[in-house]
Amino acid sequence: MATFDLNDDSVVCIVGSGAGGGTLGNELAQKGIKVVILEAGGRHEIADFVNDEWASFAQLAWGDMRTTSGSWRVARDFPNLPAWIVKSVGGSTVHWAGASLRFQEYEFRARSTYGNMAGANLIDWPITLAEMEPWYAKAEDKMGTTGTNGIPRLPGNNNYKVLEAGARKLGYREVHTGNMSINSQPRDGRGACQQIGFCFQGCKSGGKWSTLYTEIPKGEATGNLEVRPNAMAVRIEHDAQGKVTGVVYVGADGKQQRQKARVVAVAGNSLESPRLLLNSESAKFPQGLANSSGQVGRNYMRHTTGSVYAAFDRPVHMYRGTTMAGIVRDEARNDPKRGFVGGYELETLSLGLPFLAAFLNPGAWGRSFTSAIDDYANMAGLWIVGEDMPREQNRVTLDPKVKDANGMPVASVHFDDHENDEKMRNHAYRQGAAIYEAVGAVRTFPTPPYPSTHNLGTNRMSANARDGVVNKWGQTHDIKNLFVSDGSQFTTGAACNPTLTIVALAIRQADAMAGMMSRKEI
Amino acid sequence: MREVDGRTKVSRRVFLRSTATAVPAAAMAAAGMSISPDAAWAQDAKTLTPQTMATLARMARDIYPHDRLADVYYITAVAGYDAKAGTDAAFRKMVETGVAQLDEKARLSHKSPYLMVAWEADRVALLELVEQGPLFKKLRGDLLVTLYNNKEVWPKFGYEGASADKGGYINRGFNDIDWLPQV
Repeated sequence: MATFDLNDDSVVCIVGSGAGGGTLGNELAQKGIKVVILEAGGRHEIADFVNDEWASFAQLAWGDMRTTSGSWRVARDFPNLPAWIVKSVGGSTVHWAGASLRFQEYEFRARSTYGNMAGANLIDWPITLAEMEPWYAKAEDKMGTTGTNGIPRLPGNNNYKVLEAGARKLGYREVHTGNMSINSQPRDGRGACQQIGFCFQGCKSGGKWSTLYTEIPKGEATGNLEVRPNAMAVRIEHDAQGKVTGVVYVGADGKQQRQKARVVAVAGNSLESPRLLLNSESAKFPQGLANSSGQVGRNYMRHTTGSVYAAFDRPVHMYRGTTMAGIVRDEARNDPKRGFVGGYELETLSLGLPFLAAFLNPGAWGRSFTSAIDDYANMAGLWIVGEDMPREQNRVTLDPKVKDANGMPVASVHFDDHENDEKMRNHAYRQGAAIYEAVGAVRTFPTPPYPSTHNLGTNRMSANARDGVVNKWGQTHDIKNLFVSDGSQFTTGAACNPTLTIVALAIRQADAMAGMMSRKEI
Repeated sequence: MREVDGRTKVSRRVFLRSTATAVPAAAMAAAGMSISPDAAWAQDAKTLTPQTMATLARMARDIYPHDRLADVYYITAVAGYDAKAGTDAAFRKMVETGVAQLDEKARLSHKSPYLMVAWEADRVALLELVEQGPLFKKLRGDLLVTLYNNKEVWPKFGYEGASADKGGYINRGFNDIDWLPQV
């Protein structure tokens, strides 16, 4: 395992070790490029994971202070927990459910397809599906995605079987156990899924792809990658010419260090990445780094989500087996006749008893609530993943008052649903309930969105520098040796779980970055 | 389908050591532990009064009523308030003030303290009057963890908890549903 000197200014310094940063780090290391990954969290390996929702949350979740505003219900119920993401080596690939869906062709062209939506800040991606297809293929092979590369799909659990039966009764056609980066058979040195459940708590079998035990050790084995845990980046520095020169971080001992770098790539998820750029303001860049457009932190998207749980008169035991065990894709299309643009997926989801109590209807009490919990064993559940509209005022800013332990302003997240989001969610609530009622549900629960797991768009990709923060390679428009490598690059969110696209973009970015480095462009 | 046995399991050995510390809730339930200021657990409170402790447990039961759960789980869920009140004066004052206000409202409409109001629906109406107050908010929020994260209650709701140590569900019923219509 490599260790690089703080003054080694030949390294690429990546902030974050999740789907974007962990993948980019390994890809660069495989090409012989020296990489230092700064990870804010500790290194918790598979043996450390616990099948216990609250204990795992304490171990893995990003619990540092954040603030919220806006009309979204999260701001009321969880004012200091806008996002449910991970602070640990591997980032949110430790927590993710494994769903790996490609964007559809029109989803790269949201502005052209949906037109000028009032109250939305839509643009097209500067890349197309055709350009992305080879990178998606590499990502699916890397991650071992079921339903691709001849990998069989996973078997369906009880929760899936309920969804499938109801969906087929309603006439839905594209219903299956998904494209999951969870091994249905041993592959790439990792075993097959043991149907443990607790996918959100870190996979105890290693069947689910995570950078923690795939990309990162592979990169480390090259001798070109060093992952530095408990290293919280606080500021990116630049020289007089405006090129970035390194990252200042606070280490495990509470002391500030400065890692010099030839290139800096930011991959701290869509709340921390813009926060870091904004906190790196200087005399030369008073609005923060890479922010000449004023778009850093804006266009925050979180998918139009929500859950439908349903109680039956007989047992389901939804928590047995994979958390996201299957999908209905028929509504993932642009059909404005439904009253909204864009589409949504319905994917099974289950929570354990403690988290269902916390999230079913936050703040509720009394018998209406407890009679639902009484039906826990008889419940099935699904999650809505729909495309939401980017809005300029939905944004991450620096809180004017609240600072973290290092004295840096915390991220403040403002979000208001667009009218299109609300119409889509209500449609999905009705369809979700109908699926379950078709197979005998006695009661359904339209459950509000959880703290956001899909955080997107706050450093978005744009063809024109005035519309966004990065170009089609994730390179910032303003600073050529500063990149963004996580979901904050997303121009729009599409109706799919984002990880596959983040990984595909990171593989592609590594290729582009290595080319720029060898041509001495950066 | 493989079902979960939610019955309380108490061994004779557990009964015999029921005076020891860290007694399993199941053992206390079987020993007839109930929500009453006269009960030993309430009398054992060091800082808060037995009446206050019993009122907290009754509030807990009325906030999240599950007829399948014996009183002991609600008593366990609020037990930590006595110790916290012993080390945190502001917390103690908040609890005592909150209980006093609830009792005052109960006396106005029922001529008895909250604990003695007989019907749950009447007590719930009283709780609705204080649900924006600090005690109710604190207690409701804490109960999400102190009640629902008590591993002893999980089987009573058919939840099995950790599974990795048992090899997951791959051979233990992950796909054993047997009542769905054929499609």
